[in-house]
Amino acid sequence: MSVDDLVIDVRNASVRYRVPHERIPTFKEFAIRWLRGRIEWREFQALTDVTLGVRRGERVGIIGRNGAGKTTLLKVIARVLRPRTGAVRTHGRIVPLLELGAGFDPELSGRENILLNGSMLGHSRRYMQARIPAIVAFAGLEEFINAPLRTYSTGMVARLGFAIATDVEPDVLLLDEVLSVGDVVFQQKCMTRMAGFRAAGATFLFVSHSMGTVLELCERAIWIEAGRIRQDGPAPAVVAAFEAAMGMGVAAGASLAASGGG
Amino acid sequence: MTSLVLHSAREIVAYRTLLGNLVERDLKVRYKRSVLGILWTMLNPLLMMIVFSIVFSHVFRFTFEHFVVYFLAAYLLWNFVAQTTSWSTACLLGYAPLIRKVYVPKAIFVLATVLSGLVNLVVSLVPLAAIMIAVGHPLRPALLFLPVPILLAVMFAFGLSLLLAGICIEFNDIVQIYAAVQMAWMYLTPVIYPADAIPERFRWMIRVNPMYYLVEMFRTPIYSGSLPSVPISAAAVLSAVTMLVAGWWLFERRADRIAYLV
Repeated sequence: MSVDDLVIDVRNASVRYRVPHERIPTFKEFAIRWLRGRIEWREFQALTDVTLGVRRGERVGIIGRNGAGKTTLLKVIARVLRPRTGAVRTHGRIVPLLELGAGFDPELSGRENILLNGSMLGHSRRYMQARIPAIVAFAGLEEFINAPLRTYSTGMVARLGFAIATDVEPDVLLLDEVLSVGDVVFQQKCMTRMAGFRAAGATFLFVSHSMGTVLELCERAIWIEAGRIRQDGPAPAVVAAFEAAMGMGVAAGASLAASGGG
Repeated sequence: MTSLVLHSAREIVAYRTLLGNLVERDLKVRYKRSVLGILWTMLNPLLMMIVFSIVFSHVFRFTFEHFVVYFLAAYLLWNFVAQTTSWSTACLLGYAPLIRKVYVPKAIFVLATVLSGLVNLVVSLVPLAAIMIAVGHPLRPALLFLPVPILLAVMFAFGLSLLLAGICIEFNDIVQIYAAVQMAWMYLTPVIYPADAIPERFRWMIRVNPMYYLVEMFRTPIYSGSLPSVPISAAAVLSAVTMLVAGWWLFERRADRIAYLV
């Protein structure tokens, strides 16, 4: 496979956050500390030297424990965060769904939020106007679409967010643990749509703690551990290794640390 | 230096639908639930202007004619720059949930804030005209020149807003410091008094104040009914362009850090 087939090409990306309580929030404090010569940062290494290529049509599940760096990886691919070192290249239209309802305005109606959200994804107003009926129908919100979003339940907001993001098949869909919201009927609808994307050969990256969903939707899985790729390969093998490591409980900590570099 | 700014400008053009939506949203959220809606936009400055007219015709007495027009013409422009720059100090934090989840060019939030202030400025020209007619001040063809100083004020306000937004995201006490600075700045700008009321030895303070040139350029066509002088206009153009390029460049240099800070 040549490099040209890669829709996502992450090379040696590292991301560091400043630990929040160490951040100097005011200029006054900054000036005082600077005068005392005490400016130092404590940083948290969220991703270390991650290299990852995803080819067109691949469906990748990202697994790992809380705080391992899964969401950070999606943010780097979505261009929300620029890595401190390393490079990220993507091709085509990347639609991130990092949090359902991100970018919605509670004061605006559902309809107005569809237009607002569509423009964040780079769609023109006219185009979004034409897509509104289909989006509303998929989200099942016909009766509420002119009401302000603050009157919606969490599940309704989630449905609307998913319906907008997946209305048109994106080149790459990034999903962060968002399929677990909504009621059973809507979850089923989501899975049907995702299966449709799968059949149509769409690419998606998808963070989940549900191994069943990963096995059902993805053929490849990436296990992230402490900001590094621990294992990358066929979904059944990676999920099995991950589950085995997690199942070992306390002993797992020691062996994970020992093999952490691998 | 210019490549960063040009890149950002191209991105804003690509996201122009979003820009329109953000401005519209700003205006809607501000006026939606007030009964008078858009009329309120006009009523508010009209009431303010009526108060000022009473104060200036009965309390303070200046020697020249229609002082209320003289003052309001300057005040409207001053107020536009003052309002948009102080809104901008907080605007990135207001959009934090979005910035953390979706990639959007960050300068667009600042531009949307400035443009919604521009709508206020343009709308408040209507009550100004009403007051001019009421006090018998002539409306002259020089008014057609107003789009030029307005454009320059938008450039200046956008540049300064970018500069402040970039600093305030890092040190949030700059918001209060700027409020104090702005108060002093207003009294050092000939808004409420004419420039020649200042003693000769303090004139330099006016000459280095970019707002003096912008305010004069806007006031002259309204109050004097003539075009502003070439030196004033040249200084206004220079101030606006310098502030725009410098502010934009400094903002873009740090734009990648914003998602880490909000």
